[in-house]
Amino acid sequence: MSAPLIEMRGITKSFGAVKANEAVDLSVAPGEILGLLGENGAGKTTLMNVLFGAYAPDAGEIMVEGKPVSIHNSADALAAGIGMVHQHFHLAPRLTVLENLLIGIPGRSGRIDRAGGLARLTEISRQYGLSLDPNLPVSALSVGEQQRLEIIKALFRGAKLLILDEPTAVLAPSEVDGLFAALRSMAAQGLGIIFISHKLNEVRALTHRCVVLRHGKVAGLVDHPAQTTSAEMAKLMCGHEIVPPVREASTPGASVLTLDGISTSGHAGTPLRDVSLFVRAGEILGIAGVSGNGQRALADVISGMLPPKTGAMTIAGKIVAQFSPRELQALGLGRIPEDRMTTGLVTNLPLADSMVLPRIGTEAFSRKGLLNPTAIRAFAEEQIKAYDIRCPGPMVRAGALSGGNLQKALLARELAFDPKVLIVSQPTRGLDIGAARFIHEKFLAMRARGCGIIVIGEDLEELLMLSDRIAVMYEGRIAGTLPSADATIARLGLMMTGAGHTEEAA
Amino acid sequence: MSAVFEQIFQVGFLAAIIRIATPLAFATLGEMFSERAGVLNLGIEGIMLLSAMAGFTAASLSGSLWLGVLVAVLVGALMGALHALFTVALGLSQHVCGIGVTLFSSGLAYFLYRLIFGQQSVPPSIDGFKPVPIPLLADIPVLGPAVFNQFTLVYLAIIAVPLAAFVLYRTPWGLSVRMVGENPRAADSAGVSVIATRFQAVILGGALMGLAGAFLTMAQFNAFTFGVVSGRGWVAIALVVFGRWDPWRSAGAALLFAFVDALQLRMQASGLGHIPYEAFLMLPFIFTIVAMAFMSRNAVAPSALLKPFRREER
Ligand SMILES: Nc1ncnc2c1ncn2[C@@H]1O[C@H](COP(=O)(O)OP(=O)(O)OP(=O)(O)O)[C@@H](O)[C@H]1O
Ligand SMILES: [Mg+2]
Repeated sequence: MSAPLIEMRGITKSFGAVKANEAVDLSVAPGEILGLLGENGAGKTTLMNVLFGAYAPDAGEIMVEGKPVSIHNSADALAAGIGMVHQHFHLAPRLTVLENLLIGIPGRSGRIDRAGGLARLTEISRQYGLSLDPNLPVSALSVGEQQRLEIIKALFRGAKLLILDEPTAVLAPSEVDGLFAALRSMAAQGLGIIFISHKLNEVRALTHRCVVLRHGKVAGLVDHPAQTTSAEMAKLMCGHEIVPPVREASTPGASVLTLDGISTSGHAGTPLRDVSLFVRAGEILGIAGVSGNGQRALADVISGMLPPKTGAMTIAGKIVAQFSPRELQALGLGRIPEDRMTTGLVTNLPLADSMVLPRIGTEAFSRKGLLNPTAIRAFAEEQIKAYDIRCPGPMVRAGALSGGNLQKALLARELAFDPKVLIVSQPTRGLDIGAARFIHEKFLAMRARGCGIIVIGEDLEELLMLSDRIAVMYEGRIAGTLPSADATIARLGLMMTGAGHTEEAA
Repeated sequence: MSAVFEQIFQVGFLAAIIRIATPLAFATLGEMFSERAGVLNLGIEGIMLLSAMAGFTAASLSGSLWLGVLVAVLVGALMGALHALFTVALGLSQHVCGIGVTLFSSGLAYFLYRLIFGQQSVPPSIDGFKPVPIPLLADIPVLGPAVFNQFTLVYLAIIAVPLAAFVLYRTPWGLSVRMVGENPRAADSAGVSVIATRFQAVILGGALMGLAGAFLTMAQFNAFTFGVVSGRGWVAIALVVFGRWDPWRSAGAALLFAFVDALQLRMQASGLGHIPYEAFLMLPFIFTIVAMAFMSRNAVAPSALLKPFRREER
């Protein structure tokens, strides 16, 4: 193989006491797609931020095409031909596609070079099959399109190496295929690609070679990902075998949550149209569907954030009279929201405060109208231990936790209060398989204790494994419900496109 | 009653609007640049006062009005740099630092003025700028004498508005300013220095505020008094919101405010004398509050306004 395009040697980076990277070596050849694997908090994002100049490493060197370079900021990285698509997009929503592309590009005779930008955009579209309307504001783009814009942005600056940090976590399964096609075409034309994902089947399908990080160090290399099983990779990542949990057969009890003819309006996403469903005690109901088909509205109604226009909802036999999160919580509802950063935890507050937030006024955490910091701390410490939340302590800013640990914190917060009904959206998005397993086991344990659980998700394999029944949403309606024994990925996929039958099986 | 209206709506009235709007336009554009980059500058009131004083002093000591303007602009830019040092480089609270800059600049202006001019019963004045009619254009009926027979600084303000729009919307630097005000992380990852861009925008903003101050003491009043700014800085902050952070709209907002202000001045002078003059003085401010209440509802501030940028933080 030719000289490596990029080589990182002995990279070390600490945040306070946390060693996020320790003596990491990594190289990418031209035309190679390198997978970067590791548990949550293993240091993947940190390593890539070092390569992209966003973080200064404590030690180590970076070589581009055999020559050592010093990268102090993103401008240096871009000049060295390194482009990055971040886990959270770096776009200005109110500016147009073209303006987001042209940022930082020198103009022509003092003006923004629109014509030049458009020409370059057309060229990139043609070369890699990525196209976008240059005049749309970014806020009008779908998540998949925003990601495409990020990729184009990197290519626009002449990137020879493209870093993608969990690009598929935000995509619908159908969009993933398009992304992979584009990435393969880029690699075929000589670009190097670093691909980070927790979904091992994707890694096996796409990458040529993998580097596995564990606790900030290189734990191993995988030379032929396609010939390696997911279980082997998982063992490298976590240091031990990951056994998939089994859903034991059970007889569900009485219905704990019923929706009867619920319709909504005035919601950002697709509204609900005449949705009826139920979940019984000790049962998991999966909600499948391409995102944007009313899942948001469904979760918001059930959690009390969106009062329905028509229809009724019952929790544990009681009709919900007043739709407010507090009211529903009092009836026994637990909720883990989709976007853990904005509606989940308050990222600027200490973790402990965030963990008691929904119950901050209750007797457990306050005395005579004043907060009881000792009880709050004690609760948080207990949960941190029980759920193995990796963090410096209960008083750390919630925003400093890695994605997986944030999700565990949210789960701990809800499960500690023994809800009768639990609604979760995308429960394991962005989580490593170890953490995902852990969460699956918790759900199954809750089910065994008689909790009714609704899981909204796009990952059909996960839904099939967890659920007793699966309902498919299409354009704000329930397109059909199947017992999971009868459901297959193919059948669900068909129903998700609206082509399926609408038999109502229980 | 019709006599009153006749008295109000004359050529002089139009000219007065333009004159009142000029310092507001400079100040509003200055605040707008700063805020577009994500930095609220509450130091504006003090920066205008200090610049007004510095410009006046330089002009009266040297005898050169343009030197006075230059000094005012430099002092404004310097105070902008001070505000940027605290809020951009050190990432401190923009509210607290802005108020600090206003208090510091005002105090400094009073102190230096007393030090240089002492206590005088009649404040010293200078021979300020004179209107410069623009050949041909000044002969247009009504519009000519009102708009084209003005101070050079007024013409500068008229040019400043399209120029600001051009810089903001058409140049790479303007795009960087908008980007650091919307999503500094995006700018940073595109290789744009957030710190440098914000510094530049706040300094440019300060310079424009300095021009506003210079206009007050060297064209409008030709003297420095402690009340020379009298809330114009705060009004400019409101006008930026009213103008939705856009140069054209902000200038329009400044004109509208100037219209109400000119109107109340005329009403004071006209036959409505039995009403206490303070009632008229309130008018433009009441107008600002009401207009703000209506307009600011669907106004969207730059997303990163008030948020300091630190790279290694998530
Ligand atoms: N800006 C920061 N400040 C403090 N600690 C940080 C920061 N960024 C990362 N860390 C810590 O460094 C470690 C590695 O984090 P990093 O984000 O690199 O993990 P990751 O492998 O990308 O995880 P994930 O799969 O969850 O995205 C974690 O313990 C994290 O808490
Ligand atoms: Mg990461």
